[in-house]
Amino acid sequence: MPPALAPSALLPATLREDFPILATMARGKPLVYLDNAATSQKPRQVIDALSRYYEAENANIHRGVHYLSERATLLYDETREAARRFINAASSREVIFTRGTTEAINLVAQGFGSAVLRPGDRILVSTLEHHSNIVPWQLACARSGAEMVEIPIHDDGSLDMEAFDRLLDARVKLVAVTWVSNALGTITPVAELVRRAHALQVPVLLDGAQAAPHIAVDVQAVGCDFFACSGHKMLGPTGVGLLYGTEQWLDRLPPYQGGGDMIETVTIAKSTWAPLPSKFEAGTPDIAAVVAFRAALDYLTRTGVAAIAAHEHELVALATERLAAIPGVRIIGTASPKAGVVSFTMDCAHPHDIGTILDSEGVAIRTGHHCAQPLMQRFAVPSTARASFYLYNTPDEVDALVRGVEKVRQLFA
Amino acid sequence: MDLGALYQEIILEHNRSPRNHGELAHATGHAHGKNPLCGDEVSVWVHTTGDQVDRVTFTGQGCAISRASASMMTQALTGKSREEALALFRQFHDMVTGAAPVDEAALGKLKVFGGVARFPARVKCASLAWHAFKDALHEDATHRDPA
Repeated sequence: MPPALAPSALLPATLREDFPILATMARGKPLVYLDNAATSQKPRQVIDALSRYYEAENANIHRGVHYLSERATLLYDETREAARRFINAASSREVIFTRGTTEAINLVAQGFGSAVLRPGDRILVSTLEHHSNIVPWQLACARSGAEMVEIPIHDDGSLDMEAFDRLLDARVKLVAVTWVSNALGTITPVAELVRRAHALQVPVLLDGAQAAPHIAVDVQAVGCDFFACSGHKMLGPTGVGLLYGTEQWLDRLPPYQGGGDMIETVTIAKSTWAPLPSKFEAGTPDIAAVVAFRAALDYLTRTGVAAIAAHEHELVALATERLAAIPGVRIIGTASPKAGVVSFTMDCAHPHDIGTILDSEGVAIRTGHHCAQPLMQRFAVPSTARASFYLYNTPDEVDALVRGVEKVRQLFA
Repeated sequence: MDLGALYQEIILEHNRSPRNHGELAHATGHAHGKNPLCGDEVSVWVHTTGDQVDRVTFTGQGCAISRASASMMTQALTGKSREEALALFRQFHDMVTGAAPVDEAALGKLKVFGGVARFPARVKCASLAWHAFKDALHEDATHRDPA
């Protein structure tokens, strides 16, 4: 049986029991789930909320006058308010539900491509970015004639802030940077980035997909203009994420998709848009996922994001120390602070082989380029092995990871 | 799970010391294969004379399965006719995907990759070089016979 003990003194003793999937036997061994940066597991509270929605609350929202429709609409809007509180947005009009971070960034990129960017304009992105914070901007640049410029990183994985200062000029119309690197775990100095960009009136979009699960997010304190995250990486269901944007910017950007719910009046010749946030939520959304996302936000808030972060920090420190002590292991991304991730390579084995051998021990990690090919090119590796931790992981699971890596060495060295 | 079925000693040995590794000067065909899922890449060079494959080499970066597969492929294909080479491609493909029963005698040493069929995430690793070889052979034919 997997450990039913508390992951640490920082967290509730029965926490693991909230996650039914953690009792899975994988390849005949207790599952050790260390692929949380890809997607987190879901607590019973979220799974129950999903079932309850379909069993007792399902109707379309913002449409009917009947009992169920009013109830579903209320639950949907309550989640928006819970999400607003979670990221401390000033108004729930600034919280747009999307399918996830990818759609949120595409929404902004498409709006910038058509309404903001002109030939010769620049968008700054960093070497750390996930493809979902690169490719949408490339599409926007192709449409508008703007160009992308890369903010480089240091050898330890941290942003080169001096280069950032040099690149910031009047041509830059947006800075789009990740808050936490999905491949390395590196936390970027977001408040400082925003401060420097705003000094030149340049707006900032933060990819918060890996930040929201692990860091207490306060978009007003950070001062960003846009922030995106995904529900499924923070205990919620797949199919829901959010875009935060300041009202000023969201009013300026054109709608992302046309359809029901996003209009005020429609004639065949012309339509006018609904106010925020509906302007950006065309069609029937994933209502069930949004409603269950509320349970995830409540769970994180109740457990305490700061306590979760402290627990993960202990696991990352332990895993880093133990892995680095194994001959031939190279930790990729050594800058501090980091959140939740240890990325590494081995001189004797390719990450794909590491992943298969760990899998045979029941240990689930991610191997590959982590949708961050420019970053892999920067470190001159085709891919890495990545262990990523969350609130339910334990020091025993770090042991299992280390034992698996030792086994790789026995087989290949 | 039986890892031994995947990482047989001959596979580990070819991974450590791949054969026919390097670019081939005067190649008559060349193709590049890429696995977008993991970023692995392989380049395959062929030299044919008439109908015969005289030499196959490869370069690239990849896991033990893909390196060993490429290495053993270069050995297995040397001296084959085009038709025999393509038949071997089909046999190998059927074996690693589990798509159809295979002729074990025809596969010879390549049988060690039979275990791959039980690891769906690794099928592409084993077949990457073979697909590149097929493309290289096709390029070679196109090059020679522009009709």
